[in-house]
Amino acid sequence: MNAFFQLMARHRVLASTLFLAIFPFIMPYEALAINILIFGLFAMGFNLLFGYMGLLSFGHAAFLGIGSYLTGISIVHYGLGWATAILIGVIGAAIGGLIMGFLAIRTRGIYFSMVTLALGQIIYYIFYKAESFTGGENGLRGVRVDSFNIFGIPVDFLNPMVKYYVILCFVVIAIWLISRILNSPLGAVMEAIRENEKRAAACGFDVAKTKLLVFVLSAAICGLAGSLRALHLSIVPIDSLHYLQSGQAVMMSILGGMGTFFGPFIGAAVMLYLEDVVTTFTKHWMAVIGLVFMFFVLFFPKGIWGTILSKLQIHQDKK
Amino acid sequence: MTGLTFELLCMQLLTGIALGSIYALLALGLCLIFGMLNVVNFAHGAFFMVGAFLGVYFLGVTGNFWFSLILTPLLTGCLGLITERFLVRPLYGRGLDYPLLLTFGLSYVLIEMMRVTFGIEGLPSITPEGLTGTVNVGFGFFPKYRLFLIAATAVIILGVWFFIQKTRYGLIIKAGAADQEIVKVLGVDIAKVWLLVFGLGCAIAGLSGILASPTRSVNPEMGIPILAESFVVTVVGGMGSAVGAVIAGLLVGVVYSMTSLFFPDLAELSIFVLMAVVLLIRPQGLFGKAGAMG
Repeated sequence: MNAFFQLMARHRVLASTLFLAIFPFIMPYEALAINILIFGLFAMGFNLLFGYMGLLSFGHAAFLGIGSYLTGISIVHYGLGWATAILIGVIGAAIGGLIMGFLAIRTRGIYFSMVTLALGQIIYYIFYKAESFTGGENGLRGVRVDSFNIFGIPVDFLNPMVKYYVILCFVVIAIWLISRILNSPLGAVMEAIRENEKRAAACGFDVAKTKLLVFVLSAAICGLAGSLRALHLSIVPIDSLHYLQSGQAVMMSILGGMGTFFGPFIGAAVMLYLEDVVTTFTKHWMAVIGLVFMFFVLFFPKGIWGTILSKLQIHQDKK
Repeated sequence: MTGLTFELLCMQLLTGIALGSIYALLALGLCLIFGMLNVVNFAHGAFFMVGAFLGVYFLGVTGNFWFSLILTPLLTGCLGLITERFLVRPLYGRGLDYPLLLTFGLSYVLIEMMRVTFGIEGLPSITPEGLTGTVNVGFGFFPKYRLFLIAATAVIILGVWFFIQKTRYGLIIKAGAADQEIVKVLGVDIAKVWLLVFGLGCAIAGLSGILASPTRSVNPEMGIPILAESFVVTVVGGMGSAVGAVIAGLLVGVVYSMTSLFFPDLAELSIFVLMAVVLLIRPQGLFGKAGAMG
């Protein structure tokens, strides 16, 4: 068993790709699988900042939303192709991350959480008020992508199975990128900052620059999740910018296990699957997830995956 | 901009101060808890909302505003005591993020509890008898209730100030915020002090909820935006500074109402921009360096 986990940790990108390739077959329906895929990526992008560098941001919905809206606006208002639209969404989110990060990293600790939350609300109100572009309260409608060609191969985007695997391609690239970042010297500096910021600075690392760089990377990944979500839903709800959406990323990371590679994805899968099941027999989903979340914070702060790993006593540095 | 007169500006300024009173109270509660326990209460907006619901409910049942004005903060205070004792206390010493995460989860539960109890539509807000109508303030007619709101806030803030600065308990709280180890060595049960301060902060949140209820719609989601707004106040005023919380609260209220006079579309945005500017110029906030009760 232990050997299996170590193998999985060594080939974590391959392991997640294989798992995600069969994932839609164990889910009740494809739309849920796509949702989990997108939110898993969102939580992973968030976890890069929270789990690996210890910065708890409550403003990451801004990047999900910017990605969604810019992709949607490019398609709806300017008739651009879907690939260009995704690129614009990701770049837009990265620029948003640069501005927000520049302001937010001037603060530290819990102050950082409050500031990112408030800065995220700026983006919310900007998109809320720019009604002619964003549809305001109703959200942006009509992000239609029916079919397109990739290298001459026709792709039917309305078929949910096809849609899943197209989105999976992007998600796998992002997962590979996250894995590369974590294995690089940058990843080591990130964890050094999480463990002891002063010592990392004393070792000669530029803490502020690292924080900003990771903030931007994390924003870009969340922006990609947002772009894919706009294509998936074909609308962009205004709620995707709200700080409660940021809270969802926080909950997913904690539930699955913050600072672990697979944790946020597992958290997203558990939370969205639970929501799917629970909402069929009660409308008080918020109470259920609130209680589950509080239970995890109190008794299982390492989350599902983190608890499994510590039970198996595998060292965290390989995850 | 026709019709912009000095009177109108004064009226809008007064409206801003009334709005800012609520912000000041909320930020004061947050600041008390943070200064003492190093905990940011993410359920503060939810406590505010619960206070508004209970206040309107008791006012409807008993018909007596003063009675519900006393009972509501007592109940939200008790809710705060339970929260600290059973939910937040196990998390001390485990990293600063955990109490924050827990109270975030708690806010979900509180919102849903109010939905179950009072319905998703919320309650119609009632202006208490004797405080309806307007009164001439020299430059125009101003709602009586909002004047009462400003006065009540002043009384509460003075009361908290008196409690912290002039009483034995306040001395312990100040000392505990400055150096908890020394206070412990001197034989004070610091856990009890933390419990009471958390309860006090939540009581003030509930009180601001009932005070605000006649000026806004009472629904389960009313605490969600106000949490973000009270964070803005805390950041502008400076974390842990009570004087900063009060002054920044009023400032944010005035900025909001002035912007809504000139650029109604940008009103919500203006206070967040104010925060961004403060962050750029003075990241620690206007009164940042001062001690817990400034």
